[in-house]
Amino acid sequence: MISLRIDDTPVQAEPGETILQAARRAGIRIPTLCFLESLSPRGACRICLVEIRNWNGRLVPACATPAQEGLDVVAHSDRLTALRRTILELLFAERNHICAFCVSSGHCELQDLATELGMDHVTFPYRFPALSVDLSHPKFGLDPNRCVLCGRCVRACAEVEGAFTWGFSGRGVGTLVEPDLGGPWAKSPTCTGCGKCVQACPVGALFEKGKATSEQVKRPEILAEVTERRPRA
Amino acid sequence: MREIRIPVTRVEGHGLITVHLDGGGRVREARFHVTEARGFERFCQGRTVWEMPGITARICGICPVSHLLASAKAGDAILAVRPPRPADKLRRLMNLGQYIQSHALSFFHLSSPDLLLGWDADPAKRNVLGLAAERPQLALDGIRLRAFGQEIIAALGERRVHPAWAVPGGVRSPLSPEARDRLAAKLPEARRIATDALELYEKSVPAWAEEVETFGNFPSLFMSLVTPEGLWEHHDGRLRFVDSDRRIVADGLDPSRYFEFIGEAVEGWSYLKFPYWRPLGYPEGMYRVGPLARLNCCDRIGTPLADEALRRFRESAGGKAVTSSFHYHWARLIEIVAAIERAALYLEDPEVLSSRVRAEAGVNELSGVGVHEAPRGTLLHHYEVDETGVIVRANLIVSTGHNNLAMNRTVAQIAERYLQGKKKIPEGLLNRLEGGIRAYDPCLSCSVHAAGRMPLRVVLLGPEGEVLDEVVRDP
Repeated sequence: MISLRIDDTPVQAEPGETILQAARRAGIRIPTLCFLESLSPRGACRICLVEIRNWNGRLVPACATPAQEGLDVVAHSDRLTALRRTILELLFAERNHICAFCVSSGHCELQDLATELGMDHVTFPYRFPALSVDLSHPKFGLDPNRCVLCGRCVRACAEVEGAFTWGFSGRGVGTLVEPDLGGPWAKSPTCTGCGKCVQACPVGALFEKGKATSEQVKRPEILAEVTERRPRA
Repeated sequence: MREIRIPVTRVEGHGLITVHLDGGGRVREARFHVTEARGFERFCQGRTVWEMPGITARICGICPVSHLLASAKAGDAILAVRPPRPADKLRRLMNLGQYIQSHALSFFHLSSPDLLLGWDADPAKRNVLGLAAERPQLALDGIRLRAFGQEIIAALGERRVHPAWAVPGGVRSPLSPEARDRLAAKLPEARRIATDALELYEKSVPAWAEEVETFGNFPSLFMSLVTPEGLWEHHDGRLRFVDSDRRIVADGLDPSRYFEFIGEAVEGWSYLKFPYWRPLGYPEGMYRVGPLARLNCCDRIGTPLADEALRRFRESAGGKAVTSSFHYHWARLIEIVAAIERAALYLEDPEVLSSRVRAEAGVNELSGVGVHEAPRGTLLHHYEVDETGVIVRANLIVSTGHNNLAMNRTVAQIAERYLQGKKKIPEGLLNRLEGGIRAYDPCLSCSVHAAGRMPLRVVLLGPEGEVLDEVVRDP
């Protein structure tokens, strides 16, 4: 076992576990967005940033940093709250996140984080990118306006369904999640229509067609349930 | 040419009135300008048809229900489905709640201070608080009645403002038995308040003879939905036009073909378009919509108290159309009674508890029109979508727009009567111009899909366009 401290609480971790896993087992909540149980960690959103006191206050993503002997981790501080809130503000400013009529409003991890971290307004200018909605799939829709580029859909499709339909195109702020080498989704030769990507998506970027404002409730936990039930080699 | 400018208060939105005088100092023209633009029709493009009720409900906080329902109906047309019967009844019930709350707001909160405290009363007191000091029972009644209407909306949509409850194909949820019983228990009080207010109005009509004569009293066409049998309608049906003699000019018009008989003119001085009846052209094809038009168009309402009130209303005009826009107030009170009587019928109907409330379908038509009678008049949502249901084009024709020509005619009539050759804006003109506009209960937020509170400015312009006088009032 590895011994470390998180928020001054002594915590034990199995070798190979991350700081996030150790914290969760000890009942210490660290906010996350791109992390999803059963998918490989990606460290894409940086919401789970923690501070390592004995590494000169270095910031690391808790979801992607292995727990190590003697680490002195700060998971909650004014500095971390300010950083997490800034990251959230940047996410909101980057795309068109309009909760008022979003299908996921009320059941959205981004919205919940904004509430949790007290993000009452966005101090950065909005970019208002012009992005089109893809409703071509018979069952599901893709709205890049709501996407936070967490990559949960990409990992769910690759790691759980094994279809490798979703991927990133473009660079930086212009990055888009696209099926195969570009949409429309309905033309994707690899998509099985399983809907795991929709359940994995933390926001209203992937949704079931026909859902109106606030109607999209997701079950991201089914991915862990599915993988756990699988026979192991 | 001289011009008078007056800002308008106690209506929803922002406005400016300019009065243009000729060389002889007579009113040549008066214009009611709507000075803001919001661009809903543009930014709905690219969104999904299923989101449209939620998006368009945000146009306005006073009658979000109307946009919600008109939008859901346009969605029905695009899915090519008929909502299950319980869904239709529930949508209607919500709209009746909307009539009660919106009409109560217009009459009790916004207009009755003018009517009951007098046009020349101190503006600081000529509002709902002044009314509460002078006529506490009436003010309290108004607040209770509006709350009842909002309670109907909240019981169905889980919130009073911007419920995202109606969806293409139907509604999200039925009424719960508990909510039905709670609403039914409040019906008698609502009925009492509405009939008292109506009685008060009818008794006061002789005292308002001058306002009735000058607040938009002129012949025009009237347009509203009526049922296939010609009865009062608020959610579906066909369009009917009548003239000032209540002769039917056109009947059974398919609202989804509105563009064949309604044209939309644009003037450089207002963001609000000017719809007109095509056969008569612009601007002769002026028509009015809203409570006054609905009561002039229908053969009868179909519930006993309202029909009795309608008979007295019609008698006042010798059986012809009631042509004074001042009596929008009267028509509104009759419609509150009608809405309460109708709501009572729905609350007795077990179907409103049914859970069969939503027809599911994909995109089956590329164009859909939803027509609906908002409290302020006929509301049209017209969407065109691509094969997948993404909005390509949206056209919204809202109630206040239909009344645009008539509102301009009304301010001209009032200016002429009270200006009488003066080059200064006389005391009381501002109040009466506002009152004249307010009779239409215009919603400028909706009409230009504009935001904000509404200060009214009135500017008096001389023959060369020089500003002679200006009065501004902030809300």
